[in-house]
Amino acid sequence: MKINQISIFIENTKGRLAEVCNLLGDKGINIRALTIAESPEFGILRVVLDKPQEAKEILKEHGFIAISTEIVAVEVSDTPGGLAKALQILAQNNIDVEYMYGFVEKATDKALMVFKFVNTDKAIEVLQKNNISVVDKKTALGL
Amino acid sequence: MIFNEAVECAGKENLKNIQSERLAKLVKYVYKHSPIYKQKIDALGINPESIKSIDDIIKLPFTPKEDLRDYYPFGLFSADIKNVAEIHVSSGTTGNPTVVGYTKKDLDLWSEVSARCIACAGANKGDMIQVAYGYGLFTGGLGLHYGALHLGLTVLPMSSGQSKRQIKLMQDFKPRILACTPSYGLYLAEEMREMNLDPKTSKWEIGIFGAEPWSESIRKNIENSLNISATDIYGLSEIIGPGVAQECTYKEGLHIWSDVFYPEIIDPDTNLPVPEGQQGELVITTLTKEAIPLLRYRTRDIASLTYETCKCGRTMPRISKIRGRTDDMIVVRGINVFPTQVEHALLQIDGTLPNYLIIVDRQNGTMDTVEIWVEVDEKIFSDEMNAMSELKNKIKRVIETTLGIGTTIKLVEPKTIARSEGKSKRVIDRRSL
Repeated sequence: MKINQISIFIENTKGRLAEVCNLLGDKGINIRALTIAESPEFGILRVVLDKPQEAKEILKEHGFIAISTEIVAVEVSDTPGGLAKALQILAQNNIDVEYMYGFVEKATDKALMVFKFVNTDKAIEVLQKNNISVVDKKTALGL
Repeated sequence: MIFNEAVECAGKENLKNIQSERLAKLVKYVYKHSPIYKQKIDALGINPESIKSIDDIIKLPFTPKEDLRDYYPFGLFSADIKNVAEIHVSSGTTGNPTVVGYTKKDLDLWSEVSARCIACAGANKGDMIQVAYGYGLFTGGLGLHYGALHLGLTVLPMSSGQSKRQIKLMQDFKPRILACTPSYGLYLAEEMREMNLDPKTSKWEIGIFGAEPWSESIRKNIENSLNISATDIYGLSEIIGPGVAQECTYKEGLHIWSDVFYPEIIDPDTNLPVPEGQQGELVITTLTKEAIPLLRYRTRDIASLTYETCKCGRTMPRISKIRGRTDDMIVVRGINVFPTQVEHALLQIDGTLPNYLIIVDRQNGTMDTVEIWVEVDEKIFSDEMNAMSELKNKIKRVIETTLGIGTTIKLVEPKTIARSEGKSKRVIDRRSL
């Protein structure tokens, strides 16, 4: 259920993001989902990859700071109010969302979202109890 | 003019005899009056009576700056505090400040060497000097003041600050000499422009600039903007304050008054003397001081030394302009900053020692800025922006508390900071000093 997301520290310099993407591309690593948190001088690139462990090693070899974080891939209905419904359930059950973003590809007629929770296990439990589909690793990573 | 021609132009043999006699006396004096020096000399197994020539100086122990701090306040004094006439204190940013004392005789010495400096810069009896170094615990103001009185000048004891008033009195009184830090000299030129005055019309003809390192390009800048002859004065409170060495009008090095402040240049790693003309750490022995005489004081200033007789006729050796510091100390907005302080501050954050780089800059005549780059490593990296911002703020708080100056913190990727032979360069000074 839990998926390893790779977070990378990136300075705001020209071409730095391209370098990361090139490194991954050259090794045939596919980006399934990504988002960037930015500040004036640096950004935090968060990516869900099909080969997270391999990616982490390559990035480190090239001097990047890359760490793994556990996230959850959640399927929400791709209709107006679909995400709202999921968020409402989480809120009612006091599940804190640290951040979230969407997958690049659309798996089905549902939208696939990445969630980072404060308490991942509890979140999964609440989601499943409420019939919100938590996608397994294989599906999420497109394996 | 040459203030004390007999000494400043003394024959080399004659000078050596004076130095030898004084060193022999000094070693016996500190051995008798300073328990710390007695201990240092005994530890090396030296009989004070065996020091007879200035050439014996290399046998003597060094005095590092830490000694002054460790034996705070008066532990390194050789004179009873009751016989000390004046005390000066330099701002210490870590731990204890540095305290120095002067007996009446030491103050006479200070007047003498400072008078030599002012004359060496080109002053004559009867000139007026505007002393814009700070008066008070800092040695700058009073050091120049005593020398000017001794030389027979009219002193305008302005101290630093009140720039508009400095300029008004300069215009009204027409002092021939300005003594201040080079950056304050440039600031005064800037201030004149703001007052719609052409700095070139300043009444000053000679500048005696010191208390911070400055380059030939700054000299050109000051000379062009204020239309004066800008000379460099060197001094440090541990030795006496301003008055240790001074450029003559030829500006080919600073004459160091070696009859009283004996200079050596050593390799700071091996502690051995370097050949004449080669750069190294300047080490000074105060041959005649009473209150706090120092044997082989490690100034941490990097310079070279030449014994060639100068075109001005003085035989006193010359040190080069100070090229840097052995300890990377930088002076920012008048505050001494050591890279090790940043290191200690960063250690407080989480017990690791991230790589850092200090970048000092000065944008067109404004205040110096300090930017500190800190390399992010896996231990301190979090994928949450809030946590990273908090980390940045925490680093900023801790560093600013330690240094006492405002800084900008920049988190950078690993290996951003260049390393040479395993050692990182800790400071980049972009100010055109």
